[in-house]
Amino acid sequence: MDLDPLILSRIQFAFVVSFHAIFPVFTIGLASFIALLEGLSWRTQNPVWERLSRFWIQVFAVVFGMGVVSGIVMAFQFGTNWSNFAYAGANFLGPVLSYEVITAFFLEAAFLGVLLFGRGKVPQGIHFFSAVMVATGTFISSFWILSANSWMQTPAGFEIRDGLVYVTSWSEAIFNASLAPRFFHMGLASFLTGAFVVAGVSAWYLLRNKDADVHKRALSMSLWLILFAAPAQVIVGDIHGLNTFAHQPTKVAAMEGVWETQRGAPLLLFAWPDQEAQTNHFEVGIPRLASYILTHDWDGEVQGLNEVPREEQPPVAIVFWAFRIMVGIGVLMLVFAIAGLVLRRRQAYTRTRWFLQGLRLMAVTPFIAVLAGWFVTEVGRAPWLIYEVMTHAEGLTPSLTGGMALFTLIGYIIVYSIVFAAGLYYLMRVLRVGLAPEHEMTTASPSQRAKRPFSAASASWEEEEQQS
Amino acid sequence: MSEPVFDLTIIWAAIIAFGVIMYVLMDGFDLGLGVLFPFAPSEEARDVMMNSVAPVWDGNETWLILGGAGLLAAFPLVYAVFLPALYIGVFLMLAGLIFRGIAFEFRFKAKRSRYLWNWSFAIGSTVAAFAQGAVVGAYIQGFRVENMAYVGGAFDWLTPFTLLTGFGLVAGYALLGATWLIMKSEGSIQQWAFKITPLLLIVVLLVFSLVSVWTPFVDPFVKERWFNGISAIWLLPLFAVLCAGWILRSVKQRRDGSPFVATMGMFLFTYLGLLASKFPYVVPPNYTLWDAASAHSSQLFLLLGLLFVIPIVLVYTAWTYWVFRGKVKAGVGYH
Repeated sequence: MDLDPLILSRIQFAFVVSFHAIFPVFTIGLASFIALLEGLSWRTQNPVWERLSRFWIQVFAVVFGMGVVSGIVMAFQFGTNWSNFAYAGANFLGPVLSYEVITAFFLEAAFLGVLLFGRGKVPQGIHFFSAVMVATGTFISSFWILSANSWMQTPAGFEIRDGLVYVTSWSEAIFNASLAPRFFHMGLASFLTGAFVVAGVSAWYLLRNKDADVHKRALSMSLWLILFAAPAQVIVGDIHGLNTFAHQPTKVAAMEGVWETQRGAPLLLFAWPDQEAQTNHFEVGIPRLASYILTHDWDGEVQGLNEVPREEQPPVAIVFWAFRIMVGIGVLMLVFAIAGLVLRRRQAYTRTRWFLQGLRLMAVTPFIAVLAGWFVTEVGRAPWLIYEVMTHAEGLTPSLTGGMALFTLIGYIIVYSIVFAAGLYYLMRVLRVGLAPEHEMTTASPSQRAKRPFSAASASWEEEEQQS
Repeated sequence: MSEPVFDLTIIWAAIIAFGVIMYVLMDGFDLGLGVLFPFAPSEEARDVMMNSVAPVWDGNETWLILGGAGLLAAFPLVYAVFLPALYIGVFLMLAGLIFRGIAFEFRFKAKRSRYLWNWSFAIGSTVAAFAQGAVVGAYIQGFRVENMAYVGGAFDWLTPFTLLTGFGLVAGYALLGATWLIMKSEGSIQQWAFKITPLLLIVVLLVFSLVSVWTPFVDPFVKERWFNGISAIWLLPLFAVLCAGWILRSVKQRRDGSPFVATMGMFLFTYLGLLASKFPYVVPPNYTLWDAASAHSSQLFLLLGLLFVIPIVLVYTAWTYWVFRGKVKAGVGYH
């Protein structure tokens, strides 16, 4: 059998980056939440905040650990499988990724140590400061990595000489056309992910009536965030879509399933895109709506896939369906945002079982939405690695054989399956154990304070574990 | 395009060299603890070993990421040749780092399955250390490159020589780990660390000498450099040997910190000796620093930020070590 290193490398990259992406998208939101809890704990000295913070820090530690180890892999993927791309793009990508390391990764790593292990060793204000630094690091990190990705989508501020990228304007290259919408779209996605996970877990505790009075506060906070973030995401998402329409019309054509350039294009709710026949089957759509959304004119022109040669078309079905999954989940989130507001009256949201059950289930949806969104934007630019500059095939490592690529692809699948299974297992344990008792908090009144504050959390672990 | 006024390539070479030795020293001791893990005298000792690095290992491994990203930024040819050439080895290293990295969190949360995470930590650390040592050997060997791209096979890097350098780094990291443990532990655990340090040192000296004797035969360039007249570079191995003597003496005197400092010194001088052997070739046998360098403007753009940010990074990294200074007490738990 003839193994194609190109397709195997693309599958491998999609796999390792998807696996990696689910962790930071959650920890970016969660880091801010923890910083807020630490701040509240510091200012009010109310032990309730420390209990919540300690609990979510445990969750954070497991998830962040998986994010770190899978992130190290990403730092080497460009070189191992895409060395021509790495070499050609190094003059821009190298400095940008290095800036991510020195301004974000070191910050996160150093202060994470203090956040996880420093309680009782540093003053409370410093501990809070560490939480803020970790949260700040996650945002700086997403800025740089999204700048690199956006540059590959909408390259700017460079020229090509002898096949290599030379930067002519750093500000144009870094703040390229799609960075701003992508950054805000992703930032909101991270907040929504963090909020829906916190809401889902808190709802689960409320349903089981375990420490309900404490988790109620977390639920309330996350519902407020969702109320603002979910509608904001609709607006930012729309801006992002218009940005893509302006710079990568072929991608939008694939998202909307538009094969022929047309005026008054319908918004398709369902269709079965057929790349062979260059058409859709079983179309169900709302007439002219796609044109209106994209051009704000019912008869606006939407460029079709037929404008580019077949070999420059992305795989339409993947893009089309991934887009619908993302938008569908977004609509669901909006429903929960509004329901949360309606149920505010006399705190009905803490008692309404369908709502709490629904939130429980909603906790996984942001991850699916984020991955679907990335599939839209990454698959949608195929066959381009750097848009209209370099294709995937041109970027591939020349010495890479199909056998080598298959070996590592299988290897990563095995390794990540083990990591993911174990991570999920221990995460479930953290959730089963729940909050540490109030008397172990350092912010509790001195008489209640534990004798060994630093070892308190782990002691409770061991005891409760034996019971369970 | 005006010609650059001054050459940044040599500055960048110094920065990358600094980043690499920072990584080797810092992740070296925590990988080394993993290598020593199966031989630890008790489960309590393993707890102490792990607790002594739990707050800092993540920061240590960040230097590796900086090495990867920094190479891409300053010497893209190195990045684009080493990684394809070491494709399988890089995978093994990454898999090793993954298994040891997750062991930190999971081992403390595990109960019955704790022994699995002990093995995960030990094997992961050892494989990663070995793969890194093999990279050093592969660098000495050189790479088959045409048109600025690697053209060799998947296993060119795997030779008896690289097996030896791989083993050498495993032993070297174990020595760093043992002397770190001397500094961070007390009582019977420290006694154990004192006991194994001289043994490890002998192994390390044996392997390092073997590598040093072998290298000139692997690469005639190195032979030329060292044996074409006695030069100042002979001071480097001399200092390394002096550091080895210092390790032995300080262990005999039961010093807390000196063995670790002396081991770092030995690593540093060995490393400088390696750099002196190959300078200015970064993709041997044909490409120098200047062939491999990125555009002047890219080097400058990153350098400006780096000069500003890296001192801050060093300060807060040092601060976290200070927060977690002192002996790790047995039985004092995790977060």
